[in-house]
Amino acid sequence: MKLFLGKYKKHILVCVGLMMGDVTCTMLMPMLMAKIVDIGVATKDVAYISRMGMGMVALALLCIAIGMLNAKFSAEASQGFAANLRKALFNKIQAFSFSNIDRFSAPSLVTRLTSDVTQLQNTLLMCLRMLLRAPLMLIAAIIFAVSINARLSLVIVVAIPLLVIGIILVLRTAERLFSAMQRKIDALNGTVQENLVAIRVVKAFVREAHEKSKFKKSNDELTQSAINAGNLISMMMPLMMFVMNGAMIAVIWAGGKMVHAGGMGTGALISFISYLMEILLSVMMFSMVFILFARAEACGKRIVEVLDTKIDISDRALLPSKEKRALVSKGRIEFRNVDFKYSTEAMAHNVLSCINLTIEPGEFVAIVGGTGSGKTSLVSLIPRLYDVMAGQVLVDDVDVRDYRIENLRSGVGMVLQKNVLFSGSIRENLLWGDGNASEEEVAEAARNAQADDFVRSFPEGYATELGQGGVNVSGGQKQRLCIARAILKKPAILILDDSTSAVDTATETKIRAAFAQKLKGTTILMIAQRISSVRDADKIVVLDEGKIVGIGTHEDLFSNNAIYRDICVSQQEGLSA
Amino acid sequence: MAENRQATPVPRGPGADPRSYERPKSFTASLSRLLKYLDKSKVLVALVLVLLFLSSASMLAGSYFLKPLINQYIIPGDFAGLAGALLGLGCIYLVGVAASYLQSRLTIRLAQRTTNIIRAELFDKMQALPLKFFDTNTHGELMSRYTNDVDNVQLMLEQSLTQLVSSVLTFGGSIVMMIILSPLLFAFTALVLVLMIFMSSRIGGKSRTYFQKQQALLGQLNGNIEEAIGGLKEVKVFNHEEAMKKDFDKINENFRGAATKANFYAGVIMPIMGNLNNIVYAGTAVFGGMLTIAGRFDIGSLAAFLQYSRQVGMPINQITSQINNILAAVAGAERIFDVMDREPEIDEGDVTLLAVKKNAVGDLVPVEKDDKAKLWTWRVPIDGGKNGETELVPLRGDVRFENVCFSYDGKKTVLKNLSLHALPGQTIAFVGSTGAGKTTITNLLNRFYDVDSGRITYDGIDVRRIRKDDLRHSLGMVLQDTHLFTGSVMENIRYGRLDATDEECVTTARAASASSFIERLPEGYDTVISGDGANLSQGQRQLLAIARDYVASPPVLILDEATSSIDTRTEHLIARGMDALFEGRTAFVIAHRLSTVRRANAIAVLEHGEIIELGSHESLLEKKGRYYELCMGVRELD
Repeated sequence: MKLFLGKYKKHILVCVGLMMGDVTCTMLMPMLMAKIVDIGVATKDVAYISRMGMGMVALALLCIAIGMLNAKFSAEASQGFAANLRKALFNKIQAFSFSNIDRFSAPSLVTRLTSDVTQLQNTLLMCLRMLLRAPLMLIAAIIFAVSINARLSLVIVVAIPLLVIGIILVLRTAERLFSAMQRKIDALNGTVQENLVAIRVVKAFVREAHEKSKFKKSNDELTQSAINAGNLISMMMPLMMFVMNGAMIAVIWAGGKMVHAGGMGTGALISFISYLMEILLSVMMFSMVFILFARAEACGKRIVEVLDTKIDISDRALLPSKEKRALVSKGRIEFRNVDFKYSTEAMAHNVLSCINLTIEPGEFVAIVGGTGSGKTSLVSLIPRLYDVMAGQVLVDDVDVRDYRIENLRSGVGMVLQKNVLFSGSIRENLLWGDGNASEEEVAEAARNAQADDFVRSFPEGYATELGQGGVNVSGGQKQRLCIARAILKKPAILILDDSTSAVDTATETKIRAAFAQKLKGTTILMIAQRISSVRDADKIVVLDEGKIVGIGTHEDLFSNNAIYRDICVSQQEGLSA
Repeated sequence: MAENRQATPVPRGPGADPRSYERPKSFTASLSRLLKYLDKSKVLVALVLVLLFLSSASMLAGSYFLKPLINQYIIPGDFAGLAGALLGLGCIYLVGVAASYLQSRLTIRLAQRTTNIIRAELFDKMQALPLKFFDTNTHGELMSRYTNDVDNVQLMLEQSLTQLVSSVLTFGGSIVMMIILSPLLFAFTALVLVLMIFMSSRIGGKSRTYFQKQQALLGQLNGNIEEAIGGLKEVKVFNHEEAMKKDFDKINENFRGAATKANFYAGVIMPIMGNLNNIVYAGTAVFGGMLTIAGRFDIGSLAAFLQYSRQVGMPINQITSQINNILAAVAGAERIFDVMDREPEIDEGDVTLLAVKKNAVGDLVPVEKDDKAKLWTWRVPIDGGKNGETELVPLRGDVRFENVCFSYDGKKTVLKNLSLHALPGQTIAFVGSTGAGKTTITNLLNRFYDVDSGRITYDGIDVRRIRKDDLRHSLGMVLQDTHLFTGSVMENIRYGRLDATDEECVTTARAASASSFIERLPEGYDTVISGDGANLSQGQRQLLAIARDYVASPPVLILDEATSSIDTRTEHLIARGMDALFEGRTAFVIAHRLSTVRRANAIAVLEHGEIIELGSHESLLEKKGRYYELCMGVRELD
C-alpha cells in the first residue's frame, strides 16, 4: 500500500511535523491561561496578563497557519494516493485475461475501483487530519497534566482504561451489527433493482401484491437491523460522558482541596481540567481508529486481491526474439488434441474434448451446434483469450503461446457475441480496428459490413456520437458496426461469433458476398444459428457437447450426419434452394 | 466541562460528503410534507425535544456550576459544602447523560420507522405506475431514489435535525449565560463570533463550488471506469489497452486536481474555526483577568465564562453543515415525492374474471380458483352495475382489433388502423421489421398502454372495461428479455402460479424441455439463481420463462420472440410441448425466425403499423408477396 504514496511520502512527514506543532501550540494555551489567572490576576499585573494574552493569540494564529498547511498537504497526499491507486488498479485490470475477468464480476471490479479506493482515501485523509492528532495530543496532554500536578494525574490512570475498554467493546459489537445492516441494505436494493428490471413480468403475472409483501419483509428487517446498530452506538455518548464527568468531579474534589491548601493555583486547576478533557477526548478519537481501520482493511483486502492476481495469459518470458516478432500472415489454424474447460466452472466435465481441426488459409469455415456445445469456447482459443488445458492451438504453424500477444491479436479479428460499442463517434469506434486508417478505408470497411448506408443516413454520418454502450443504434446496426470495426483491422483471420443474429438473411447474404469478394485471402470462421448463413461454407464443423461430430460441406453433412440433418430439418432447410 | 458533546460516534471526514451541496426547489413545502410523516409520532417528537432541551440545559448548567464551586466552596475552603455541591453537579451530569442517551435511542427509532414508511410508500406507489414511467426513466435514476435520496432523508431525521436543535440550543444558551455572567466581556466575544460566522460561510461557499466540480468529474470518472470494465473483452480483442489507459489517466488527473482543491477547503474550516475560538478564549482570559483585577469580576465567573467561550465555537460549524445536510435531504425528498405523486395506472374497468362450474342443473356457479374443472367467465355488470346485476360471458379467447391507432409519444404513429380477428384457439403470428409494431400490439392487449383510437375487444368486451389485474390474469406472456428473480429455480417457475405444487412445476419444466439442464445444476430445482439469472445461458433462461408460463396456464398466450436465443434444434424439441400448450388456446406469436412462425393458423405481416398481408403460411407463399420475400431471404427484416 505504501508504494502508492509515491512522491507524497514527504507530505506525510510534513503533516506529522505540522501536527506536532499544532498540538504543542494548542497544549500551551491552557498553560498560559493558568498563568494569567494564577500569576497575573493574583499579582494584579495587567501588563503580564496582556503579554500572556498576546502569546495566546500568536499561538492561535500560528495554529491557523499550520492548519491551512496541513489541510493542503493532507488533501494532496490523500488524493494523490487515491489517484495512484486507481491508476494501478486500472492498468492491472487492463492486463487481465478473460478468465481473470470471469473470476471477478464486472460490477465488483467497478466497486473496487470506485468506492473501495474512496474508502481508503478517506481513511488516509482522516488519519492525516484528525487521527494523527489524537495520540500526539494524548501524550502532550499527559505531559502537561503531570507537570501541573502529578498526584492529580492519577485520575487519568483510572479513567483511561475504563474509557478504552468501554469503547472497544461497543465498537466491536457495532462492527458486527453494521455488517449485518449492510447486508440487509444490499438485499433491499437488490429487490428494488429486480423489480425495476422485471416490471413487465410483475405486471403481466399480476404479482404486485406479492412483490409488495416481499419488499415489506426486506424493509422491516432492515429497519430492525438499523435500530439495533443505532442503539448500540447510542451507548457511546453516555459512556464517554460518564467517564469524563466522573473524572471531572474527582479532579474538582481532590484539586479543590489542593487549591485551598495552597499546593495548586486555581488557574492551574482550571487548566488541568482542560487537559483532562483533552486526554479523554483523544482516547476516544484514538479508539475510533479501530473501526475506521477495520473498514479500510476490508476495502484494502479487496483491492490487494485484484493487484495480486496472477495474470494467466501473458507473453512468455523466454520467447526467442525471432518468435517475438512473428506476425500472423497466412491465416492457417490448427487444433491438436485440444481439451478445454473454464476454470471457474463447478461442473466437472470439459467444455471441449479431443478437438482436432485444421483450417487452411483463406477458407470460409462455419461452426454450428446446439446451445452450450462449445462453439464460442473453441474460437476463443485462437486469439488466446483463454489457454487450453491440453493439446495445442497453432496459428501459421506456431503455437499461439509462442506469439507476442499483441501480434497475435493484431492478426486475428473477432466479433464477439455480445456487441459493445463505446462512447464517442462512430468513426472513433471503428478506428479501434486500425487507428491509422484513412477515411476511405473506414468507409470501405463499413460498406463491406453493409453499415455504410445507414451511417450515412444519420445527420452527422460517421461523426454521430454514440452514448454509453452505443444506445442510439438498433441491434442489427450495432452488429454491423462491430463487423466493420473488425474488418478494418485487415486481419489474416476473422472470427464472427453469432454476429449476424440480429441481421436478416438478405443483408447477411450481402455481407458474405462482400467477404467473398473483398476478403478473399482472409480465413473466416463463422458461428451461426441459421443454416442459411453457412450453406456456402468451404467446411462446416458440427459441435455437440464439446466434441466435433462432423466436418464437411453442407451436402456431405446433410446426407451423412444425423445431428446436422436434425438442425436443418428444424429450420426446414433442405437440399434445394 | 463537556466540550465535545456534539461529536458523533463514527467520525465523518470534514465535508467529505459531497452530496450535501444540493438545494431543494420549494424548501418549506417539501420540508413540511416530510415532517408530516412524523405526525403519527407527535408524542415521541415532543419527548425528543424535551430530552434535547434537558441535555443541552444540563451541559450549560454544569458549566455555570464552576462559578459557585470555585467562588463559594473551593476558595473559601468549604469542603462539606463542596461535597454537597459536587453531588449536585453529579446529578446534573447524570440527568444530562440519561437525557442524551434516551434521546438518541428515541430518535433512531423514530427516524428508522419513518424511513421504513417512506420506503414502503415509495415502493407501493411505484408498483402502481404505468409502464410508460418505467420505459422513460433509467433504472439508475430510480434506484438512486431508494439509495441516495432515502439515505439522505434518514440521515436528516436521525442526526441532522437533532444536532441542529442541540447546536442552536448550546449556542444560544452559551450566549445567554455569557451575557448573564458579564455583558462587557461578551461584547468582545461577540465581535470575534461574528468574524467566525462570516468565515464559516465564505469558506463553505468556496468548498461548495469545488465539490460540485468534483461531483461532475466523479460522474465522468465512474462512467469511464464502468465502460472500460464492461467492454474489457472488446478491449483485449482489439489490443486497445494502451489507449484506454491514456484516456483514464487524463480523467484521473483532472479528478485528482478538483478533488484536492475541494478537500483543501473542506479541511481548512476546522483549524480556522477552532483557532478563532481559541482567540476568543485568549481574549476572554485577558480581559476577564483585567476585569477581575479591577474588582468587577471574580475567578469563579471567569472560569465559567471560559468554559462557555470554549463551547460556543463548535456549534457554528455544526449549524452550517447540518443546514447543508437538511437542504440536501429535502432536495432528495422532493425527488421521492415526485415519483409518489405520479399518476398511477388508471383502471376504470368493471368487468372481472370469475371461475365457475356447471352445477347439476346446468347453471353456472362460482367455484374456487384451483378447482380443476373450472371454466373462466367474465362477469359483466349490466347498465353500469346500477342494480348489481351481472351477466356471465364465457372466456373463449376471441380477440378483435378494430381500427386501432396508437403512438407512444404522440408524434410517431406506430399502429395505423389495425384490424384483426383472432378466433378462439387460433394461433396468430406476427412478422415484420423492427419497429413495425409487433410488440406494441401485445402492449395494447395487456393494457400496458391504451389505444389512441379504435378499440380492442376480448370476447366481445372492450378491454378498457376489463379490470387490468383480471385482464392480465387471463393473458400469459413470454418476452424476449426474460426476467427471472433471485431465488430457487422452483420458485421462479412457481411465479407463474403461486399455488402450483412442486410436482406441477417439474412437469411443466419437462414439457418445456427445461428439466434436462435444471437437473444438471448443482442443486437441481433448488439451485438459487442470481438476479437476472446471470449464471444461466440466454437459452436456458428462456426455457425457464416458458416453463413459468406453462404453470400459469392462461387462456390466451402472447409469445414475443420467446425462442430467439434457443437454437433451432432445442426449439424443435420444445415445439411439441409448445403445441400442447397452444392446444385450445388463442396465441399471439411474434417471431423473427420463420421456423417458429410457419405453424400458425394465420400469419400477419406488419409494415409501418399496418397489416399488409394476412393468411396461412401456404397461402401467403402462393401470393408471392412480402411474406414470400421474407422467407426466401430476399428482403430485409431489420
